[in-house]
Amino acid sequence: MELTDISNDINEWFDGSGPLSDIVVSSRIRLARNLAGYKFLSRCSNNEKSEILDKLRDIMMSLDLGDKVFYVSVDKAPTLNKHFLVERHLISRHHAFGKGPRGVVIAQREFFTAMINEEDHLRIQVLKAGCQISQCARQINRIDDMIEKKVSFAFNPRYGYLTACPTNVGTGIRVSVMLHLPALKITGQIEKFFNAAKDMNLAVRGLFGEGTEAASDLYQLSNQTTLGVSEEQIVSRFEKTIIPEIVEYENAARSQLLRKQSDVLDDKISRAMALLQNAHLISSQEALFLLSHLRLGINMHRHMGASTPAIEKLHALCSADEPDKASPLSIATINRLFMLTLPAHLQLNYGKPLDSTHRDALRAQIIRSALNQQDPRKS
Amino acid sequence: MQCQICHKNDATIHLTEIVDGARTEMHICEQCAVEQDIAVKSHIPINELLSNLLAVQPSEDELASPSERDLVCPNCGFTLAQFRKEGVLGCPRDYEVFEKTLLPLIEKAHDSKTAHCGKVPSKAPGDTKKQMELLSLRQQLDAAVQSEDYELAAKLRDKIKQSEQ
Repeated sequence: MELTDISNDINEWFDGSGPLSDIVVSSRIRLARNLAGYKFLSRCSNNEKSEILDKLRDIMMSLDLGDKVFYVSVDKAPTLNKHFLVERHLISRHHAFGKGPRGVVIAQREFFTAMINEEDHLRIQVLKAGCQISQCARQINRIDDMIEKKVSFAFNPRYGYLTACPTNVGTGIRVSVMLHLPALKITGQIEKFFNAAKDMNLAVRGLFGEGTEAASDLYQLSNQTTLGVSEEQIVSRFEKTIIPEIVEYENAARSQLLRKQSDVLDDKISRAMALLQNAHLISSQEALFLLSHLRLGINMHRHMGASTPAIEKLHALCSADEPDKASPLSIATINRLFMLTLPAHLQLNYGKPLDSTHRDALRAQIIRSALNQQDPRKS
Repeated sequence: MQCQICHKNDATIHLTEIVDGARTEMHICEQCAVEQDIAVKSHIPINELLSNLLAVQPSEDELASPSERDLVCPNCGFTLAQFRKEGVLGCPRDYEVFEKTLLPLIEKAHDSKTAHCGKVPSKAPGDTKKQMELLSLRQQLDAAVQSEDYELAAKLRDKIKQSEQ
């Protein structure tokens, strides 16, 4: 199993399916664990780290997950592969560019990964499409139980699962959802989301971009409190309070765009189509920004029945992924373009490193050919 | 209250400015706040949160007891100075060794909570597991009483009694 076996397509968790997926792109839960009887990594020698790595890798590779798993030795991986794993959300930046013996076990369908020797000895994550937080919770709990049959984790009755950083102690759980919030951004209300997150004691991070103002309008929202609240309480708060509130904000902004600012909406979608269908050089940031507007248009058509002139034109575009069926452009196609035109994906799939001009040209070419498929019904 | 700028939306942001003793108040909506560039910056990444927490901890000279300052974990040789520098602990035992210093930090990071409530490893000794269950039940009871859900509170009380027997 090579990284190139997964790098030329997207996997289930990013294919635009799942509940509420017009706004909640994906759900993820991560658990932080440390082996009992070992020091935390900051005090471990490389020999001790290797011992932990071997032990945990063997256990992770032998788990019955219903999917093939493969292992990547992160410390020995080429830089391009490290960037790829970060782009793909399979490992953290900290893990990619950390120190000492470390690795990651990945299920081929990417719903499960286990980072070994990141900040804690073990960080397992489960990833699913759309809003499926309780499903992630059930699955990761089962996997955690399987692992606990084979090792003992550092645990203290008062503080729960002990982690290297006290900000993760207790349950060691981090619930994150990836949200697409273009209408809040266009209508100038994204601060409303930031403030809501702050009031609910949640952390926000912009994805696929620099800083918090993500070019892709994709944001990651995560819990910060891990002690004194149970896993179930955290999950239920996301499902019953947090997600409905944010979804309501974004939907209100989408309705507002449609009712009061349809010229603004049409301008964004038309510009995105024109540039993406015709550009010969396009940066990653620009592509993410424009693809976000296409994603908004398609979702507004599908979920709100919106039909402005630009949305109708967008809907008539056919997906190059299914030329025989002449299916309308799908969210899966847009997501595929999102992911496959990121810098490391481009280069890994091309087979060698490319400078930024060549990347911009290749990116533009991939997007053009995906969007310029003619509708055979019209010819 | 209406926004003083657009006179359309509800004012949800209330600013009080005191310049040379003269006090002015402003009541505006979120949209106008963004346009005026006075929106409250909100998001705090977890690592920034931690370094902020560490920064407000008393410095080494200010620590109440010099013994804590010079404390070395007998298990991993870790010191508080290293924690301040790296932001991570040296071994599971550090939670007990440096408890006095860590506790206020943990409280701040976890919304004033200081005791685990949630999953307990199946391998935890029986009494630990029972202890944790009781702790969790008591926390739920507390929440039920606070939200005046007396029916749930009664059920939880019975469960606690049962567990204690």
